Amino acid sequence: MAWRLRLVPETTNINFFAIQWVTFGSSIFAMVASLVLIFTMGLNFGIDFRGGTTIRTESTVAVDVADYREALSGIDAGDVSITQVFDPSFREDQHVAMIRLSAREGEESVTPEVIAEVEAALQTIDPAITFPSVESVGPKVSQELITSALLAVLAGAIGILAYVWVRFEWQFAVGTVAALIHDVLVTVGIFALFQIKFDLTIVAALLTILGYSVNDTVVIFDRLRENLAKYKQMPLREMMNLTANETLSRTIMTASTTFISLSVLFIFGGDVIRGFVFAMLLGVVLGTYSTLYMAKNIVLMLGVDRSDKTKKPGSGEFANVDA
Amino acid sequence: MESMALWKRVLILLVCGWGVLAAVPNLFYAQVERHNDAVIAIEAAGGTATPEQTTAAAEWPGFLPSALMNLGLDLRGGAHLLAEVQVEDVYKTRMDGLWPEVRDALRDLRDQVGAVRRAPSPDDVLRVTLSNPEGMPAALEAVRALGSSVVTLTGVGESTIDVTSEGNDIVVRLSEAEQQATDQRTIQQSLEIIRRRVDEAGTREPTIQRQGTDRILIQVPGIGSAQELKALIGQTAQLTFNAVISRTTDAGASPGPRNVLLPSMDEEGVYYIVEQTPVVSGEDLVDAQPSFDQNGQPAVSFRFDTTGARAFGDYTAANIGAPFAIVLDDEVISAPVIQSHIPGGSGIITGNFDVEESTRLAVLLRAGALPAEMTFLEERTIGPELGQDSIDAGRTAALIGMVAVAVYMIACYGMFGLFANIALAVNIALLMAILSAIGATLTLPGIAGIVLTMGMAVDANVLIFERMREELRAGANARRAMEQGFDRAFSAIMDSNVTGLLTAVIMFWLGSGPVRGFAVTLGLGIITSMFTAVYVTRLIVETYIDWKRPKTLVV
Repeated sequence: MAWRLRLVPETTNINFFAIQWVTFGSSIFAMVASLVLIFTMGLNFGIDFRGGTTIRTESTVAVDVADYREALSGIDAGDVSITQVFDPSFREDQHVAMIRLSAREGEESVTPEVIAEVEAALQTIDPAITFPSVESVGPKVSQELITSALLAVLAGAIGILAYVWVRFEWQFAVGTVAALIHDVLVTVGIFALFQIKFDLTIVAALLTILGYSVNDTVVIFDRLRENLAKYKQMPLREMMNLTANETLSRTIMTASTTFISLSVLFIFGGDVIRGFVFAMLLGVVLGTYSTLYMAKNIVLMLGVDRSDKTKKPGSGEFANVDA
Repeated sequence: MESMALWKRVLILLVCGWGVLAAVPNLFYAQVERHNDAVIAIEAAGGTATPEQTTAAAEWPGFLPSALMNLGLDLRGGAHLLAEVQVEDVYKTRMDGLWPEVRDALRDLRDQVGAVRRAPSPDDVLRVTLSNPEGMPAALEAVRALGSSVVTLTGVGESTIDVTSEGNDIVVRLSEAEQQATDQRTIQQSLEIIRRRVDEAGTREPTIQRQGTDRILIQVPGIGSAQELKALIGQTAQLTFNAVISRTTDAGASPGPRNVLLPSMDEEGVYYIVEQTPVVSGEDLVDAQPSFDQNGQPAVSFRFDTTGARAFGDYTAANIGAPFAIVLDDEVISAPVIQSHIPGGSGIITGNFDVEESTRLAVLLRAGALPAEMTFLEERTIGPELGQDSIDAGRTAALIGMVAVAVYMIACYGMFGLFANIALAVNIALLMAILSAIGATLTLPGIAGIVLTMGMAVDANVLIFERMREELRAGANARRAMEQGFDRAFSAIMDSNVTGLLTAVIMFWLGSGPVRGFAVTLGLGIITSMFTAVYVTRLIVETYIDWKRPKTLVV
């Protein structure tokens, strides 16, 4: 046998239900904690969702946030927040900051005059400063974006529910969607906890997490269905453990390749998409966890109707070649 | 089971070959882009090329594919605007235009309705008070006769106006069907004017799209800022020629009834009192070109249509020696004295312009005025440097990611890892080829989608290889293990990819801008990865087994 990098031994016999109440309990806890965090601390919404303007500044001179704030203090620009941005891909003399202005009461968006004032004020303290991006979103659009974002995640979950239901049994569908809700909720909770900027691209990341997590879960369910037909007498709990162990190598392999490519993107992909990539990294970890410890448990709790398995083996399968 | 049929192998190889070939132009982006631009320019010039164009065209061989992925605004830099057209503006214009007609119609019925007068009302309503309410039925009939029938799919035969009576008042508003038809026209007209103005500015691949009922999305790569773009499209260059009453330096002077006080564009502190109703307006203009006056100063020459030419000719004939004002957007550009009768309807506007300004003015005059005001709901400017930084970062990440995944796959699956890597490379090429062929726009999240695809694309191979290992452990020979591995993994691959595709479709359907770009790359990536993981890898593994005829396999 040639040498192979193996993260998982050839045959494993891990009992995934040994500490099921600990794992299931902590999942429930994490979900509740996320909800509490989201409602108490709130999300750090980007301008996509709450309107306003962000100005990205770039200069060869080091950024002094206090100086910037001082320079902008004379301008009636609503709420101003200034954060410095660091990134390993920046050049030695590349200093970047993000300035966020909220629209004044009763205005559709930050007016061009205010933006011009802000830019002029910054140029007086640092003549070398440039503004690589300026983005404004009005409250009207941001309201619609929130609605369509929620709708997108909801539609994604319903679509997956329907698909898994058709391809498997309703218990599997419920288990899959519970795992999805867990993944998405905890990811959003972590965004609330660390107050990471939550904008439109994060919603895309959440949808990708849905896709990834369901992918993982479905592979195990697919195998479980096969085993259900194969071992008619084996207790469900034992069979689930067998299935999870059989597919464990693949679960870890796929999680690690995805994790590798996302990590590279996280480190080298630049600060513009870092939040987006971070959400997906979280999703891969949470998705793998929920596949192993969440989706199956729920199916086990709901039970599977095994009586008619002999009548429709592999019902609805796309390929039944040589089975 | 037999090996794969020959036609299938050939087909797979052809698809792979096409993918690699069609992806190649993207590696030489700048050259191919110059080549494409030059080819288009030469074609537009009817086959004649400048030396620079010939050089540029020669930079890329013509027999190779030259379609490129479009770079999104976040990668190329440029401006993005989401505008909402105030369609109600047009209702007001229509009502104001209707008032003289209503007045004239009712004047003929003076003995029945008495005196009529326009009462104050909201902008989209015309309210007319009759001094003799007994004449109301006759008045309503007369006003209704002014409406014509709307021609739409739903409301054929419906009148353009709704006429009702309230006490002594006649209330006129546009009918529901006419409002819809008007909105439709307003948006179409706005789109057309914006498109012309943006095209006149000569930028590359602008996106000008209608969104929803009354919004327009405008994305122009390569323009300096959203402000510049707004200035370009938002300016209502309203050109009029008005009779001058007098010239003054008093900003508070009272112009008198039906006259207006307008500032001079060039002379500080000088004002003109002009007649409110113009002699001729910019709507009668058919052409405007930048040119030079007899002193070599930049100027704009223009030409009127027949109506405009007649009005202008009559006026100049009757007013020789009097000054008239050329008014642009409520500023007097100049107020020359009419030297002679100007027939033929063409003339020249001189002022204190430089060449750039005169060119711009000509463009604005040609494009005409927007039919309604626009409010901007979203404005984004992305500088080209930031875009370039993003491209560089994305490219670095993609390369490192690809190498990392490749090394990892070889470490885990040895030679089969190498097979999967070949499939992965073909996958990326195919993805880029399809994106180029359909002219999809690559955005920063799109690059992330490609990198993510690399990670997830090997999943199908992992499923297959793990299955093969199991079959081998169960004692299957090489060929059987391979067949079983591919066949049995197929259902899981299908299920997991269909769900992935489902989310991509939903993202595309509900998302906007960058999210859509991401959805396109992710969705296409899933499709190409299924093809390469299942067919390309299988072709490689089969070829290997047929060639070496190993007793067993080491996965």
